[in-house]
Amino acid sequence: MSLLALSNITIRYGRLTAVRNVAFTLTEGEILFITGPNGAGKSSLLRAIAGVTPPAGGRIDFAGADITGRAPEDIARMGLSMVPEGRDVFGSLTIEENLLVGTGMHARERNWRSRAATELEAVYDTFPILKDRRHSQAGLLSGGQQQMLVIGRALMTNPRLIAIDEPSLGLAPNITDQVYERLIALRAHRALTLLIVEQSSTRAQLVGGRMILMRGGEVLLDGDARAMGQSEAMQAAYFGYGDH
Amino acid sequence: MQTIFDALSLGSLYALGALGIALIFGVMRLVNFAHGDVISFSIFALMWPSTDAMAVVFAGDLPWFLLIPFVLAVGAGLSVLSEIVVFRRFRRANPATMMIASFALGFVIRYFLLMLFSSRPKSISLLPALSQPVEIFGARIPLLQVITICATIAMLFALTAFLKRTRFGLEMRAAAENFTMARMLGVRANRVIMGAFALSGALAAAIGLILAAQTGTADIQMGAAVMLMAFIATVIGGLGSLPGAVLAGFLLGAASVVMQTVLPIDARPFRDAFVYGAVILVLIFRPQGLIAARGTKERV
Repeated sequence: MSLLALSNITIRYGRLTAVRNVAFTLTEGEILFITGPNGAGKSSLLRAIAGVTPPAGGRIDFAGADITGRAPEDIARMGLSMVPEGRDVFGSLTIEENLLVGTGMHARERNWRSRAATELEAVYDTFPILKDRRHSQAGLLSGGQQQMLVIGRALMTNPRLIAIDEPSLGLAPNITDQVYERLIALRAHRALTLLIVEQSSTRAQLVGGRMILMRGGEVLLDGDARAMGQSEAMQAAYFGYGDH
Repeated sequence: MQTIFDALSLGSLYALGALGIALIFGVMRLVNFAHGDVISFSIFALMWPSTDAMAVVFAGDLPWFLLIPFVLAVGAGLSVLSEIVVFRRFRRANPATMMIASFALGFVIRYFLLMLFSSRPKSISLLPALSQPVEIFGARIPLLQVITICATIAMLFALTAFLKRTRFGLEMRAAAENFTMARMLGVRANRVIMGAFALSGALAAAIGLILAAQTGTADIQMGAAVMLMAFIATVIGGLGSLPGAVLAGFLLGAASVVMQTVLPIDARPFRDAFVYGAVILVLIFRPQGLIAARGTKERV
């Protein structure tokens, strides 16, 4: 059953059309990479899914409900957790406070405090570096640690789907490897669905899974990341020759 | 000794006012110029409408443990109401539009009071037991001043504990730093903003209560003067920074009182000019404020 379904999504900023008629579905447990060069509309698409910039046209369904135009907090509460580009840690809050912000959404449920504590330990197990520095200000963390923090923060809300915008941005390759290693392990462990935006397709081909290639606001290719590897359309998308 | 207490009690007023402005600015980038009128309104809520010079008291005779919560609730209520009725419609507008809306709202509240009570200041005796002096270190200090200072400190501690220790406080701090990100973590925008307005309104009411008790009068202009100084304190403190607002509030109070005593007699009427001069100096050397707030820092 599809967890997330986009149909005919169009996003505009003023007169500029950033995304045009994009459609895809994402099955529970799947891992999907959205790749493409700068300005392809990848981040705009994620922001629309998260409810930050509602689409000008089209419809987004998540977990069987129409979420088009819903507020970001409502979408987050339905189990879609967004990790935006640039990481957006709350720099003046401590690491532990950063992790706890999102747990408030379960405050109506029974035992939510003890569940949040369990969740916190699980995140600390995944990212031990965060536990060591739990009481220091998040703004003081390195880029890689901040990336781990925001992924951990998204996990704390116990989501069904995590959408991550450019997790490798600004990170050294070996740190990116670590981040991905954790993500893949988490996915297997928690039956998470992952939607990852990356500019380069190399990571998608390394990890495997499904990949959507975007350019100029439209979907060019949709298929198995590894199979797509050497295709001509791929080359064309990035380097711009061919009929575009 | 007397000077220190004067400085602290005046500083308390400014600090509370600055805090009320900074709280709202923090979560929605709105400088709420109606804040001063909330101060006046919460005091006038204690009287029946009349144009007499003597206040026709309706709730002012309540014992203190009912009076104080009543006034605080009025301030919080009016503030939340202004959010729901006015500011919510401007949520997506740019900050200048919101600021002008807040001016307009301030005028509406002020002229509403003018209509019911006329512009004549009214004498009102609130908590008269507090005007007796007490002796501290050989100086005779009005009991009210001592209570003002203690109450302010208590409120600051309570607010800090609220922001640091409760879930709602955590959500407010996160929202003040990055509102969109907080929402993407499920923090409800409306609840956080209404919470900030409620706190801010209660702080405004506390100022009104202190002012009315100190001066024995209620004047529809009473909030405006404090509001101006409090606004300046939030700017010096670093817009949106709560510790900065408090610090700058106390500094401004101290500066006013100190200048009142050290300036030559002829220059005293121009005291405020000197205070504002000092403000300009601070801003030249620290344009981001004494304690810069994170959310408002320029991004590189």
